[in-house]
Amino acid sequence: MSMKLSTRQVDGVTIVDCSGRITLGEGSVTMRDTVRDLLAKGNKKIVLNLAEVNYIDSSGIGELVSAFTTTKNQGGELKLLHLTKKVHDLLQITKLYTVFDVKDDEAAAVKGFK
Amino acid sequence: MEQTVSYTLDSTLDTVDHAEEKATRIATELGFAEDEVMQISMAVREGAVNAVLHGNAYAPDKKVTLAFERNSEGLVITIRDQGKGIDLSSIPNPLAPENLLKTSGRGIFLMRSFMDVVEIRPSHTGTEVKLIKHVHGASGGGKEGSQ
Repeated sequence: MSMKLSTRQVDGVTIVDCSGRITLGEGSVTMRDTVRDLLAKGNKKIVLNLAEVNYIDSSGIGELVSAFTTTKNQGGELKLLHLTKKVHDLLQITKLYTVFDVKDDEAAAVKGFK
Repeated sequence: MEQTVSYTLDSTLDTVDHAEEKATRIATELGFAEDEVMQISMAVREGAVNAVLHGNAYAPDKKVTLAFERNSEGLVITIRDQGKGIDLSSIPNPLAPENLLKTSGRGIFLMRSFMDVVEIRPSHTGTEVKLIKHVHGASGGGKEGSQ
């Protein structure tokens, strides 16, 4: 299953609902383009909802890191929401879990922006 | 599965997906648990990515060889490319604080995290990566053989 993304606005925060696989190739490119497009349009409060992401590889992990640092470098903030066990475990193994701001509740994620 | 099956694959992104699919199918057929199947397929995917991108650099005249062998050690997977070889000493530790926010460099680390043995043999005619997953209860396990 390829990567699918859709965006919605909640109280000034952009929620990106992601589903499928974030892997080398199309999945990573889709993620990168979406985040860059949001930032270019001034949407700097971003939540990546990963509830439906069932697979991620090292390239996908790299894309999450890239999205996080690109957003931060442009004065924005990016959070991760609803990690599946596979993604959670990978972020733990790679010591990135504490680098990202990870939330389990969408309302709390939205309220958590400065 | 026969004792050994091998495939010769092009240096394309499709090869990465095909390698992962073959690993998933074979590991499932051999009776590995669901989480072990995921680990094996992800390790093979990372090995295939390295072979296609970093080894063969997508060169159409270079091939990736992927072999699966079931032996007394468990499942032994070999991935070979025809690239220039890699300098293992130049690969940074992805867990070092200064490398945590790098967008690449986690492939070999993940292979080592998921497999019982990872051996990488670079040479000027290509790199060979051997991945071993012990069948549950067939060995004491551990990563003492890892490089």
